[in-house]
Amino acid sequence: MLGRFRTMAMGMLLLAVGLAMPWKGETAESGMKDLILATTTSTQDSGLLDDLVPVFEKETGYRVKVIAVGTGHALAMAENGDADVVLCHAPESEKKLVDAGTVTNYQLVMHNDFLIVGPPEDPAGARGKSSVEALKAVMAENGLFISRGDDSGTHKKELSLWKQADISPTGRRNYLETGQGMGATLQMASEKGAYTLTDRGTYLSQKAHLKLEVLSEGEKSLLNIYHVMQVNPYKFTRVNAQGAKAFVGFMIAPQTQKMIGEFGQDKFGQPLFFPDAGKSM
Amino acid sequence: MGVVVEGFREAFRLLVTLNDEVLGITLRTIQVSGSSTLISVLLGIPAGAVVALNRFFGRAFLIDLINFGMGLAPVVVGLAVWLCFTRYGPLGMLNLLYTPTAMIVAQTIIAFPVVTGLTLASIQSVNPKMRLQMLSLGATRGQYLLLLIWEARLGILAAVIAGFGRVISEVGASMMVGGNVRGYTRVLTTATVMEIGKGQFELAMALSILLLLLNFFVVSVMSRLQQRGKI
Repeated sequence: MLGRFRTMAMGMLLLAVGLAMPWKGETAESGMKDLILATTTSTQDSGLLDDLVPVFEKETGYRVKVIAVGTGHALAMAENGDADVVLCHAPESEKKLVDAGTVTNYQLVMHNDFLIVGPPEDPAGARGKSSVEALKAVMAENGLFISRGDDSGTHKKELSLWKQADISPTGRRNYLETGQGMGATLQMASEKGAYTLTDRGTYLSQKAHLKLEVLSEGEKSLLNIYHVMQVNPYKFTRVNAQGAKAFVGFMIAPQTQKMIGEFGQDKFGQPLFFPDAGKSM
Repeated sequence: MGVVVEGFREAFRLLVTLNDEVLGITLRTIQVSGSSTLISVLLGIPAGAVVALNRFFGRAFLIDLINFGMGLAPVVVGLAVWLCFTRYGPLGMLNLLYTPTAMIVAQTIIAFPVVTGLTLASIQSVNPKMRLQMLSLGATRGQYLLLLIWEARLGILAAVIAGFGRVISEVGASMMVGGNVRGYTRVLTTATVMEIGKGQFELAMALSILLLLLNFFVVSVMSRLQQRGKI
């Protein structure tokens, strides 16, 4: 019986070794070949990075770890030097990091737009109105509005619209904050017959599951602008500066910009993003 | 209901076509959770036995801690491990953040108290008269320990099953310290959460079914072992 114990222990040891085997690429060297890209959940959910990142990895040999979190978290990662490069869409918050010297090589990449979506019956009569007028209508007619409430780029855009409408929605009974990503927020809005602000990409990719229609779109204030930036290597010595620089260069390169412009055409019949590198916004 | 049916169809399709990405995710799930369970078992069973059989100062408090650890919120463990491994944190130089190793560390911390606590309880429930009998028959310290573990094997295997169950279903810590990186730290639980967030309910359902199947398969093997020779 004790012999059986010994064989069991041996077996477990072998199992442990076997389980540990396939961890290839975890040597100290892989440190410099790894690139941590902090980005937002909406960017990841659009699927664009699933297309672009493998191309970059093949060209340069870096392994990109795409960490998709809320915008607040992504920018906090930059502020702590935990990321090497950031792809985000919250220009006002990013500006603070640029001014503080936390990020460098700040480059415009692309834009898409936000939409105000709501139930097809549109009880608040928001359809066709400007974004600010639509929000006012939702609040006035006691429609229900769902916010992401998570400090994301989308959330910040939404708050700026409320500011323009001169309304303070927090705490009102018809204003709910999910604290979650765009997908979860859209689902809740769909289930509750509520209105929400969403980026076009996420809305299009989930449309089939949602009972929501586009009610307001197309203004300049609804533009969703993406920048890529390096975390300052002089402030944070452990960043992979070379890799970050290569990634920024890749995102604004003509070939990549072309890929960005074509993304989503076959799936949705319209592009999800509009390439903007080199322009001034 | 349609989602569930579609989910089953999708799960079947993914398995039969040996979808690369899903197979990779499943294999990684087994590796990460398997390793963590194994390490917590190798550490937890001896630890539980030692605490069960010895009297020492602070023993009662230690048992409090072990039992507290069984209910330790995984997301809290995730946050703590993340803070340790973050680049400028105490263990940042190890470069372990967003690696499978970090996930194994977090999951081991979660499973270890479960294995230890249940082992402790199982050994304590072995009939004390049996213990005396072993000693009176001249068992050495080592033999005594092994014999007790053998006598308590039902509860101890339950400890292993519980520890495994806890980590294979864990998502908060794995997401935080692993980062759900495609092809590298993505496991079934984190992938499911991501697909739900994207609104891809059928795919999420399929991944959930795969997770449940995996869990069931591993646990039934362990149950067979546990119940062998028992009525």
